[in-house]
Amino acid sequence: MPVSEQDVKLIEKIVEEKLKKLLAEKQKRMAIIASKGTLDMAYPPLILATTAAAMDIECSIFFTFYGLDIINKKKNKNLKVPSLANPAMPVPMPNIIGALPGMTAMATRMMKGWMKKVNVPLITDLLDIAVETGVKLVACQMTMDVMGIKKDDLIEGVEVCGAAGFLEYASNADITLFV
Amino acid sequence: MEKKSFKADHVLDCRKMSCPVPVLKTKNAMSKMETGEVLEMIATDPGSLKDIEAWAKHTGQELLEVVHEDSNYRFYIKKLK
Repeated sequence: MPVSEQDVKLIEKIVEEKLKKLLAEKQKRMAIIASKGTLDMAYPPLILATTAAAMDIECSIFFTFYGLDIINKKKNKNLKVPSLANPAMPVPMPNIIGALPGMTAMATRMMKGWMKKVNVPLITDLLDIAVETGVKLVACQMTMDVMGIKKDDLIEGVEVCGAAGFLEYASNADITLFV
Repeated sequence: MEKKSFKADHVLDCRKMSCPVPVLKTKNAMSKMETGEVLEMIATDPGSLKDIEAWAKHTGQELLEVVHEDSNYRFYIKKLK
C-alpha cells in the first residue's frame, strides 16, 4: 500500500508529540562542583541544591579541594570570609590592612552578623536539609588522600568517588555548575 | 486593602525568612497536604514573589493568587498532585 504524504505528516506529528511528552516527563538533574572552602562560596552550592530538591530536581554536589571543608565536620562550623585580595568586601579594605592579623576573623564576624540579621540559614542547617531532601553529597577521593582526610572526618551520608564518577552523573544532567 | 478570596486549609508563616527558606518550607508543607487543599504562605522576602511562581510552575502546583499588603506577600497555592 503506498504511503501518502499526508500519512507521513501525521506520523511525524504523532512522533513529535510523543517525544515532547517524554522530554517533559524526564526527571531533571543538576550536578554541582564545590571547589572552595570559604564561607561565602559555601552558600551557593548548598542553596541551589536544596532549592533544586524542593523543585523535584535530582541533585548531586561533588566536593573537591578546599570545597571538602564544607562537609568536613571539624571545619564546616568555622568557614571564613577572606579579608585579603577580596575587593568585594562590603567595607572595602586595602590589601595591606586586610593582611593584618585578626582581619579574617573580623570580616567573618561581620558577614555572619549581617546574615543573622536577615535570617540566612547556617551552612550546617543547609547541609542537614540537603541530606534530608535527598541531595547526594559526594567527596572527592583524591582530595581526601592529598589532605589526609578520612571518611570519619566528613558528615554522615557522604559518598566518595573520583572524577569519572562525577562525570558519569553529570553527563546526564540538565544543569552543571562549577562553584 | 485587597480582600482574601481563597480559603486556605493550611497556613505557613515564612515572614522574616530569606532565600531559600520560604521555598523549602513551602515544599515541605505541601508534601504533607492532601491533593486539592490550599496553602496560604506568608513571606516578607520580595524575592519569593518570583521564586514561588517558578517553584509552582516547575513542580506542577497551582499558584492561585498573591496578595501584597504592607510588607507581606500572601501566596495561595493549591496542591494539584
